[in-house]
Amino acid sequence: MAARFDLLVIGGSAGSLSVVMKIIPLLKPSLNLATVIVFHRKQSDDSALIEVLAGRTDCRVKEADDKDDLLPAHIYVAPADYHVLIEKNKTITLDFSEKINYSRPSIDLSFDSAAEVYGPRLACLLLSGANADGVDGLLSAKRQGAFIMVQNPSTAEVPYMPQQAVEKVSCDLLIDPDNLKEFLAAILE
Amino acid sequence: MFVEGVSLSDENVELILRDLIDLYGYDFTNYSRASIKRRILRLMSNDRFLSFAEFRYRLKNDPEYFKRFVEQITVNVTEMFRDVQFYKTLREVVLPVLATKPIIRIWHAGCSTGEEVYSMAILLAETNLLDKSLLYATDINPAVLEKVRAGIFPLAQMKQYSENYIASGGKKDFSSYYTAQYNAAKFDETLGKKIVLATHNLVSDGSFNEFQLILCRNVMIYFDKPLQDRALRLFYESLEMLGYLALGSKETLKFTDISAMFRQVENREKIWKKVM
Ligand SMILES: C[S@@+](CC[C@H](N)C(=O)[O-])C[C@H]1O[C@@H](n2cnc3c(N)ncnc32)[C@H](O)[C@@H]1O
Repeated sequence: MAARFDLLVIGGSAGSLSVVMKIIPLLKPSLNLATVIVFHRKQSDDSALIEVLAGRTDCRVKEADDKDDLLPAHIYVAPADYHVLIEKNKTITLDFSEKINYSRPSIDLSFDSAAEVYGPRLACLLLSGANADGVDGLLSAKRQGAFIMVQNPSTAEVPYMPQQAVEKVSCDLLIDPDNLKEFLAAILE
Repeated sequence: MFVEGVSLSDENVELILRDLIDLYGYDFTNYSRASIKRRILRLMSNDRFLSFAEFRYRLKNDPEYFKRFVEQITVNVTEMFRDVQFYKTLREVVLPVLATKPIIRIWHAGCSTGEEVYSMAILLAETNLLDKSLLYATDINPAVLEKVRAGIFPLAQMKQYSENYIASGGKKDFSSYYTAQYNAAKFDETLGKKIVLATHNLVSDGSFNEFQLILCRNVMIYFDKPLQDRALRLFYESLEMLGYLALGSKETLKFTDISAMFRQVENREKIWKKVM
C-alpha cells in the first residue's frame, strides 16, 4: 500500500543511528516513498554507513549526489559536510555554505526546503541528538502543512534535540523506537 | 522558509535575477534556485530590510549595494588541504607529471579567499616546483581576491589545517609557513609571489590561457546542468592535452558532455586527465 506522503525526511544526531536502523526496514518499496536522512556525522565513515543501512531495507540506499532525482523506494543519505536542499523539480542540491547551528549538513535546511516543495506530502521525523538543529526546520515545515513526528524524548539516548522540538513545535506524533506500529500507521493512507 | 521577519516568493527571486541581468550584466539564472533563494533571504534578514520592495529598490539603485549582494550571495566557504586524499593524490600522482614541464600553469577557478591556492603553493614549494609555476586564481567576487593577495587567514583555523596538511602527506612543521599576528596567520610571501589574480565569471567569460592543471572545486555544485556544461567546455578548451581537471569531492564528470574526453585517475579521486 502506498504512503500518504511522497517524501520522508529524517533528521538525527547523537544516538539516532540505532533508531534509523529500526525504522528503515519498515520503509518497504511498495510505500512509494522517497526518504532523505540527514545525520550529523564524521567524514570518515561514509561508505560504511551506506552499506550498514542498505543491509536493513529493500529500498535502494545511496549517498545523496548533487542533482539526484528524488525517487520512490530510494533512501538518500546526506554526505558529511554538505547541506542537502530540495529543488522545486524534486531534485537534490548539495550546498557547501556556512554551518547553521554549528551543523553541516543542517537538518533545519533540509526540513525547510523539502516543505517548500512538498507541503502536506512531506513527513518529517526528528530523532535523538545533542543540539537544537531541526527545531526551526520543523516549525517552518509545520507551517507549510507537513506532518511532524518527533522521537519521544524519554526514549532518546540523547534527549536534548527531540525535547527542544516537543517544547516548541506542535507535533503530530511522538514515536517510540520500540513500538513503531503508530509510525507505520501514520505514514500509510 | 524560516528566516525571521522576511518573506520572499519564487516570483520575487525571478524579478531580482532579471534586474541583475538588465542593470549589471550578471546572470545568476542558472544557479540552483534553492540555494540562491536562501542566500537572498539571509541577506535581506541580515541587512534588516522590511519588505521585498525596499530590498529590490536598493539593489536596483545602489551599485555599492550590488557589490555587497555579489559578496554575500556567493558562498565563499573554503579550507586549506580540504579532503586530504585529494591533496595526497595531487602530491603523489599529478605533481610528478607536471614536474617534467618547463613551466607549470595552474588555474584555480572559483578560488574564494585563497586557502586552496596557498595549499597548492605549499605542495609546489615542497616539490621544488614553485619557481617555475604560475597560479592563476580567479573568482566572480572581487572582494575575496583581496584576501588572496593578503595571504592572511584566521589563526583559529591553523590547528585544523595543520592536521589536514599532515594527513595529506605533509612532512614539515606547518607553522613554519606563516607568522602569527594577533588572531591572524600571515603566510610566507614567497608562497604568494607566483599567484596571479583576476576576476573571472564562469557564466560569461572565456578562456584566457592554456593550463596543465585546472581546479574548480565546490563551485559548479551551484550551477544547473547547462551552466555546468558551459564551464566544463571552457575548462576543456583551456587545458593542454594530458592536462588535469580537479573537481570537488561531490562533483563528477560522469554524465557530462565532455566525459568521453577525459580519464579519471586510478584511485578514483576527483581528478581527470584530458586524453582527447
Ligand atoms: C565554496 S567556494 C569554493 C572555494 C574553493 N575552490 C574550495 O573548494 O574550497 C565557491 C567559490 O566560487 C565562486 N563563484 C561562484 N560563482 C562563480 C562564477 N560564476 N564564476 C567564478 N566563480 C564563481 C564564489 O565566489 C566562491 O568564492
